[in-house]
Amino acid sequence: MPYSLSSLIPDKHFRVPSACGVSGIMNTSGERFSGEVVVTSMSVMRERGNGLGAGFAAYGIYPELKDYYCFHMLYDSAYAKKNTEEYLANHYEIVESEPIPTRKNPRIKEVHILWRYFLKPKFPETVTEEDFVVSTVMFINEKIEGAFVMSSGKNMGVFKGVGFPEDIGDFYRIDEYKGYIWTAHNRFPTNTVGWWGGAHPFSILDWTVVHNGEISSYGVNKRFLESYGYKCTLMTDTEVIAYLVDLFMRRFKYSPAITAKILAAPFWKDIDSMPEEERLLYSALRMNYGGALLNGPFAIIVANRNMMMGLNDRIKLRPLVAAVKGDFLYIASEEAAIRIVCPDPEIVWAPKAGEPVVGVLRSEESVSLKV
Amino acid sequence: MAKGKIPPEFLVERDDYKCVRCLACVRLCSYGANYYDENAKRVYTENRKCVGCHFCEAMCPTEAITVMRNPFEIKPLAHWTSEHLIDIMKQAETGGVLLTSMGNDRPYFSYFDRIVLNASQVTNPSIDPLREPMEVRTYLGRKQMKLDLEEDEEGRVLLKTEIAPQLKLEVPVMFSAMSYGSISLNAMLSLAEAAKTVGTYFNTGEGGLPKELKRYGSNMIVQVASGRFGVNVDYLNAGSAVEIKIGQGAKPGIGGHLPGEKVTEAISETRMIPVGTDALSPAPHHDIYSIEDLRQLIYAIKEATRYEKPVGVKIAAVHNVAPIAAGMVRAGADYIVIDGIRGGTGAAPKVTRDHVGIPIEFAVAVVDQRLREEGIRHMASVVVAGGIRNSADVIKAIALGADAVYIGTAALVALGCHLCQRCYLGKCNWGIATQDPKLTKRLNPEIGARRLVNLLRAWEHEIKEILGGMGINAIESLRGNRDMLRGVGLHEYELKLLGIKPAGEAW
Repeated sequence: MPYSLSSLIPDKHFRVPSACGVSGIMNTSGERFSGEVVVTSMSVMRERGNGLGAGFAAYGIYPELKDYYCFHMLYDSAYAKKNTEEYLANHYEIVESEPIPTRKNPRIKEVHILWRYFLKPKFPETVTEEDFVVSTVMFINEKIEGAFVMSSGKNMGVFKGVGFPEDIGDFYRIDEYKGYIWTAHNRFPTNTVGWWGGAHPFSILDWTVVHNGEISSYGVNKRFLESYGYKCTLMTDTEVIAYLVDLFMRRFKYSPAITAKILAAPFWKDIDSMPEEERLLYSALRMNYGGALLNGPFAIIVANRNMMMGLNDRIKLRPLVAAVKGDFLYIASEEAAIRIVCPDPEIVWAPKAGEPVVGVLRSEESVSLKV
Repeated sequence: MAKGKIPPEFLVERDDYKCVRCLACVRLCSYGANYYDENAKRVYTENRKCVGCHFCEAMCPTEAITVMRNPFEIKPLAHWTSEHLIDIMKQAETGGVLLTSMGNDRPYFSYFDRIVLNASQVTNPSIDPLREPMEVRTYLGRKQMKLDLEEDEEGRVLLKTEIAPQLKLEVPVMFSAMSYGSISLNAMLSLAEAAKTVGTYFNTGEGGLPKELKRYGSNMIVQVASGRFGVNVDYLNAGSAVEIKIGQGAKPGIGGHLPGEKVTEAISETRMIPVGTDALSPAPHHDIYSIEDLRQLIYAIKEATRYEKPVGVKIAAVHNVAPIAAGMVRAGADYIVIDGIRGGTGAAPKVTRDHVGIPIEFAVAVVDQRLREEGIRHMASVVVAGGIRNSADVIKAIALGADAVYIGTAALVALGCHLCQRCYLGKCNWGIATQDPKLTKRLNPEIGARRLVNLLRAWEHEIKEILGGMGINAIESLRGNRDMLRGVGLHEYELKLLGIKPAGEAW
């Protein structure tokens, strides 16, 4: 353990810039595979982190309870747990409540109570089920001291904490889960952080985001989201991405391609030379959603139960490589992270700046290389 | 009588060794300050007549002239300065309201000067604008919370929402409203040509539209003020947007007065009033006594322009600016202009110019915040005016929440103005704030336009450098991005109102 946890500063209340490594593996036909694969992929990118944060998002891991919202919780105290459970009991039917299984790891020091619930919402007819769950997550994260929702989707979950990915994977027994999409993250925060919630992936409903980069437009994006009712409580760039994706893809029902073109908008000089209809569309998107433009260096992997998307900033200031083999789509910060688990991919390419790589579940064209 | 003898503000010193008696200064001074003494064969200056415009100094071929401030060394009192004494002397003499021009020059705190900007170091790369695209294009007008899209059979995405009319600015800087009458046609032509070259807008002000400017319609905003001079349906449709002027920063709460002597044949034609009559702009619009009346006028103009042009509303920044701005947006304004206490004018009572209104830095911060809190920020763009001096002010205004800025004084300085603040006399030696053909011909619109284009291009370069340094490559990522700002030497509550943190505090 390179740092003593007690001397770490929690990054709950201020923004910490960090550099990172990301990896995402998807089986587009929905076949589930062990999380060991993604841990192996991350293990070759150890240099990209500094042991102060790692995490995994997994889809398809709870098939027997797939109709219930699974909340992965991180508590600072038994008191926070009690408060949260009282709140949940009032608004949800708690189908299952259990500790998240862990394994002793000498390099991981447990500082939180890790718990998971499978929930059935008792929501009023005036709101949609998903909006109800979003408001619950917002409430817990903002109002209940010492409680944090790591993930809140169906048949998926986020496992994260302070440590290197191999250790976090071992700690959470990632190898024992099987999923059809796995994304993973290795963090290099600039200062010492001791709060597990600050690690990636960030998640809302079944959206997860892993992110390498710094969003220099954070101040704008946060205020843009506030006007749509999102409260950015975690002070991280990545949270903003998760909410933007939720806004455009879930609430507005925009395609991943259109969403990508809002987050990493084409340049005006390119828009100006588009055919009339496209020009109108992309001009309107930029004019109206300028506050959602993610500016600054980033490489992200966004996933939900149906898809996985890799995206770079508009001038590709962070690395991102993609590869395809059979039903598998690989996206990672480094080609090595793909080759270690898939030595002979059919194609490997570096996606262009602002061009999304999208893998869609059970679709004929499982991987679209461009919009 | 000695009691009424007001000391000259400036002293014009002449190096007789350098003076070649060309008498250019004598011929050029519109105030008749310089004269030639045949007997002494020397050039003298009647200092009292000098306004300090530095025209003779600039034109003297041998650099013989120096215009300097008259120290008027009264006992150095902190409270009773020479300015106050002179003002009292003037009023004791005339019994009149003191008139002045241009912007407030009281030493109020400049908040722009107490705000510093951010740059990238290590954790994210700064961007070199000479190597990478750097975008400052801005659209002004009503936006949507949500755009409806539709996918056709071929999988093409089509836009279903109708987009409200927009102004496209290649640089987020426009030229403020300055009317024909307050400035010369050559000054207006310079502004118009520069706006066209750069891809931004100039504003006709409230003086109607001289026919020479009609061809600049695609870079022109036409203004409708309380005097309604020159306003008819052709005028409303002549530009790219219509701006209702409720107030201006230099003189909140009062109207305007163009003296009859200035209403020449040409001014009479554009203002649609008889030659020689005073052109009075009432203090309020007499059809706007409340916010619902503003709505009627906005929609009357929208009807008259077939909803094809954005309609803006301009107000002076006053104490209650945030709720007023919200009301204007709700009344249907597509963009709003907030003009701060430093805003300029062709003529205003000194007491109003110097004491009424609030600094623009606060106004933009609270207006942006209020509109966001009410969820209506997207409904109108915010344009900020009043004392913008350089590209740093532009950047800070945008980061505080503005979409774009207006410049007036800075543009006139580019045309030669030396801020002597005597526009109201109509004798501007630089050919800007005058209608005297002998003076206006001194301003060549081609050269004027070139200088204005240079200014905007220079600012554009600087804005791009700063954006790149911040690690962002589009102006929309700066707009309202108060994380990029830090206050130095400001009180906690001022920081709170500005929505910024003190220097030294991280994210």
